[in-house]
Amino acid sequence: MTMTIMQGVLTIAAVVAGTMLTRFLPFLIFPESKEPPRLIDYFGKVLPYAMTGLLVVYALRNTPILTGDHGIPELIACLAIITLHMWRHNMLLSIAGGTIIYMMLVQLVF
Amino acid sequence: MQTAERRGIRLEALKAAFPLTVPIALGFLFLGCSYGMLMGTKGFTFIWPMCMSMFIFAGSMEFVTVNLLLSAFNPIAAFLLALMVNARHLFYGLSMLGRFKGLGWKRPYLIFGMCDETFAINSSTRIPENVDRGWFYLWVTLLNQLYWVTGATLGGVIGSNIPFDTQGLDFVLTALFLVIFLDQWTGAKRREHLSAAIGILASIACLTLFGTKNFMIPAMAAMIILFTLLRPYLDDPRDESADTPPEHTTQTDPTTTTTPEKEHTR
Repeated sequence: MTMTIMQGVLTIAAVVAGTMLTRFLPFLIFPESKEPPRLIDYFGKVLPYAMTGLLVVYALRNTPILTGDHGIPELIACLAIITLHMWRHNMLLSIAGGTIIYMMLVQLVF
Repeated sequence: MQTAERRGIRLEALKAAFPLTVPIALGFLFLGCSYGMLMGTKGFTFIWPMCMSMFIFAGSMEFVTVNLLLSAFNPIAAFLLALMVNARHLFYGLSMLGRFKGLGWKRPYLIFGMCDETFAINSSTRIPENVDRGWFYLWVTLLNQLYWVTGATLGGVIGSNIPFDTQGLDFVLTALFLVIFLDQWTGAKRREHLSAAIGILASIACLTLFGTKNFMIPAMAAMIILFTLLRPYLDDPRDESADTPPEHTTQTDPTTTTTPEKEHTR
């Protein structure tokens, strides 16, 4: 570590402040006591669906499509999850199944 | 309220929340552990990952902070970087404004602890009517943070490699997001399908254009623009007519049925 402990603590405090600002800002701008504008209400309804979509892409962002294994393990595992989930509708089963298939593919096959 | 009754409410909520957090337990213990071990290899004692996971509680930003601690001291740059990396939280907040209403002392902690996985569960779960909303959100948030802090602290204490091959285990969180996406998709109507499709397509387009490190903020901007443009098609007109009488007179007014529930949560 190149910093002093105090500098390290200050750096972490700055990161905490930045992170917390992103989490608290919407709640500070639109406090509980006041009704938020209709547009914000509308964003609040459509954004959860879009953000889950973004999280799926975010989680898969480092998949090498043009190099290496071309993302084949990710593709197979995702298809397995979709199939399992459409078939049994069991969250834990789909997640466990997909993860085990992915681990086997990257450890044993690719 | 009686103590026993209160305990019952908390227990019911825990029973509903815990199963949903099991995949996150696996993912967070593993990822938290590898984060703690990374800090160990860079010469930090376990106190560092323990405190950072407790107070920052934003996985990807904690990995970034390890590098910040190893470079020149610049707290303002650290603050700005945290704002950019975590900009997506702004949209989580907008999505949860209504759901976190009237939750009293729980609310600040729910906002503090709203990481990706906690948001994904809390925003997508249809909480059963007999389960207290505030306690359900609180358990999901608290359990997830416990998993992460435990993992990071353990990793810092162990400091060396785990004996079995864990390559690919981090896929458990990808699987979680995909399953939540599928659940939202199958339980939704045409409007929500379009919202979900915009989320996926805007993200893929921006990922291709801006690369893995810089795609998040352009993707969020694209979503806001698209949603504003498509508002005439996507906005539910039924919500606007709050003061007009409901279509079906037999239906119970949702505001009157939720009032006693709100009292419980305070």
